[in-house]
Amino acid sequence: MRVALFITCFNDTFFPETGRATVEVLERLGHEVEFPLAQTCCGQMHFNTGYQREAIPLVRRFVEVFAPYEAVVAPSGSCVGMVRELYPMAAELANDKRLLYEVEELAPKVFELSEFLVKRMGVTDVGAYYPHHVTYHPTCHSLRMLKVGDAPLELLRAVRGIDLVELREARECCGFGGTFAVKNADTSTAMLSDKLRHVLDTEAEVCTAGDNSCLMHIGGGLKRQRAGVRTVHLAEILASTEEAN
Amino acid sequence: MTLQRSPDAFSADAGKTPTFEQSAKVSLADTQLRRNLGKATQTIRAKRAAAVEEMPDWERLREAGRALKERVTRHLDEYLLRLEESVTRAGGHVHWARDAEESNRIIAGIAKAHDAEEVVKVKSIATDETKLNEYLEGEGITAHETDLAELIIQLAGETSSHILVPAIHKNRAEIRELFKEKLGARGLSDDPSDLTNAARLYLREKFLKAKVGISGANFAVAETGTVCVVESEGNGRMCTTLPPVLVTLMGIEKVIPAWRDYEVFMQLLPRSSTAERMNPYTSFWTGVSRESGDGPNEFHLVLLDNGRTGVLADERGRQALSCIRCSACLNVCPVYERTGGHAYNSVYPGPIGAILTPQLVGIGKPGPDSLPYASSLCGACYEVCPVKINIPEVLIHLRGRVTRHKQDGGGLKGRLDPENAAMKTMARVFSDRKLYEGAQKAARVGQWPLARDGAIGRLPGRLAGWTESRDLKAIPKQTFREWWKARNGSPENGSA
Repeated sequence: MRVALFITCFNDTFFPETGRATVEVLERLGHEVEFPLAQTCCGQMHFNTGYQREAIPLVRRFVEVFAPYEAVVAPSGSCVGMVRELYPMAAELANDKRLLYEVEELAPKVFELSEFLVKRMGVTDVGAYYPHHVTYHPTCHSLRMLKVGDAPLELLRAVRGIDLVELREARECCGFGGTFAVKNADTSTAMLSDKLRHVLDTEAEVCTAGDNSCLMHIGGGLKRQRAGVRTVHLAEILASTEEAN
Repeated sequence: MTLQRSPDAFSADAGKTPTFEQSAKVSLADTQLRRNLGKATQTIRAKRAAAVEEMPDWERLREAGRALKERVTRHLDEYLLRLEESVTRAGGHVHWARDAEESNRIIAGIAKAHDAEEVVKVKSIATDETKLNEYLEGEGITAHETDLAELIIQLAGETSSHILVPAIHKNRAEIRELFKEKLGARGLSDDPSDLTNAARLYLREKFLKAKVGISGANFAVAETGTVCVVESEGNGRMCTTLPPVLVTLMGIEKVIPAWRDYEVFMQLLPRSSTAERMNPYTSFWTGVSRESGDGPNEFHLVLLDNGRTGVLADERGRQALSCIRCSACLNVCPVYERTGGHAYNSVYPGPIGAILTPQLVGIGKPGPDSLPYASSLCGACYEVCPVKINIPEVLIHLRGRVTRHKQDGGGLKGRLDPENAAMKTMARVFSDRKLYEGAQKAARVGQWPLARDGAIGRLPGRLAGWTESRDLKAIPKQTFREWWKARNGSPENGSA
């Protein structure tokens, strides 16, 4: 399938390795990946912080860039959640019926990576090999906005060599929440400390998730504690093979 | 007894209410509170999940509850007039209160007309909203809270920190100390049945003496005029049946169309709130007791607006008025679990409070305006809400209203706000590919004084909140798009 990669500005800038891994997995499965260079940011940070009028041009831009594709895939549940669940609200705020129509056309074609692989393509074994102790944190937007369910776990279970350890209270938010992490830094940190305790309890060496934003928060906490546990995006585990290891 | 209350969102000086982040800092440092709340919310959360799991038609019940409440919101005027007619027909008196002041005047007037110096009350959040107890005190009338948890916080001179379990922030040992001091209970253990007995002895006397009882209402049926209180202890039953005069204060949004609608709500409410299949006491009354002489012979229903009709004007925000006060959203909220209810500075704490409070008191006050930001938008609240209030959506919507209010009404100060300036600049950068790619390069260069070994340990200014507890990943040497361009040869390859 001809797939457009929606990298997200955050991954583009901070986590290029996740983008490279996403390309690798999609190409390994025979998809033709395109990367529209005109893409920038979906507008989530602006929209969720209240700067919603400022987000509208970014919504228009996104729709224009990605409308021509059959499928749009992103290694981020949160940014896909913005497009699928909140773009209609943005179009209503803009009082633009045409934009609302375009958004509703595009939204069902935009997928988070794990749901694209498992739900859209019916693939769980992507030929990955990852001989490590791994625990998985389901991020809130992939879980509750996109309802990806067990798709990421199904993918992880099919990875050869992996030792998957269950995370206690996994469904509880890690405390990132976008600008919440800065505006309400104390509460965010209190939530993070409980998440870190649960991650450390698993004795896993890697904590993975489908969103680098949450992982940067969890990983930043682990690093500050010199905890010896690293965070790795799901796409990177799926991209890793016997040859590469 | 003097009640010590700091300004909250419903006080006259609501503009001076602290912000959530200021108050949360204090709560988060209270280790006993963290322990009490963590234990209580985790327990009830698991019990609720089990109680809901039993119901094969739960999702359909939720949808029915949502649809009924939406109908009430759309036709509130009609249902309220019908309710007034039904209550009057059954021998009750209906009063309309525009705001807290009017509501308090009406209720105090009724108490005075009966020469009541003491009144008994059963948990009513609406009377906390209107600050009825303080008002009555000023009029020389003492109000005794009879719900056990309400009694506890009244004796402690505190305010409620939870919609359903107002004293959730206190543990047994703390309650024992309080009862020993305030009720003079001797030889008291911290066994729940001992504590309950001490309260019972104290309350029985109040119930039997009081001429006027004051209650809240969970629902009132427009069709029949039947008012309903749902509770666990039976103190509400006594409060609404023993005194000869009963006054019920009810927010106008609590009306439901027909008697049969209880079928939906009585299944949704107990399981969502106390995780019970059915709550122990559900009291229904229609007007006054005519023949049996059992129950009050005078009944007043006070219908309170206090900002609610204003909320109706906001098509997206008004779903907050569908709330049936079950408090499931508080119990699952990871923010509430850690900060507790007092950090919200409102009688309505937690996720529902964060969307209800700023709408009821109006946008433009720093304290209430901070509440929609007291959420990581994790969505756990929406998942459990028995009437499907899309709380995250309303939180986001209200953040928009707060921001636009600051931008449009804040004058020069609003425009010069550093967050506003940064957001505007970033929006411009994101709207142009060349500016965006330039900014990526600039950030990579600009971070060098901060970055060590791929991490940033300390950020300046407002962003310092991040690095107080977390390292920040440094921007790597190559962006994804730079890699893509290099890999695919032509820089424009793959561009749409």
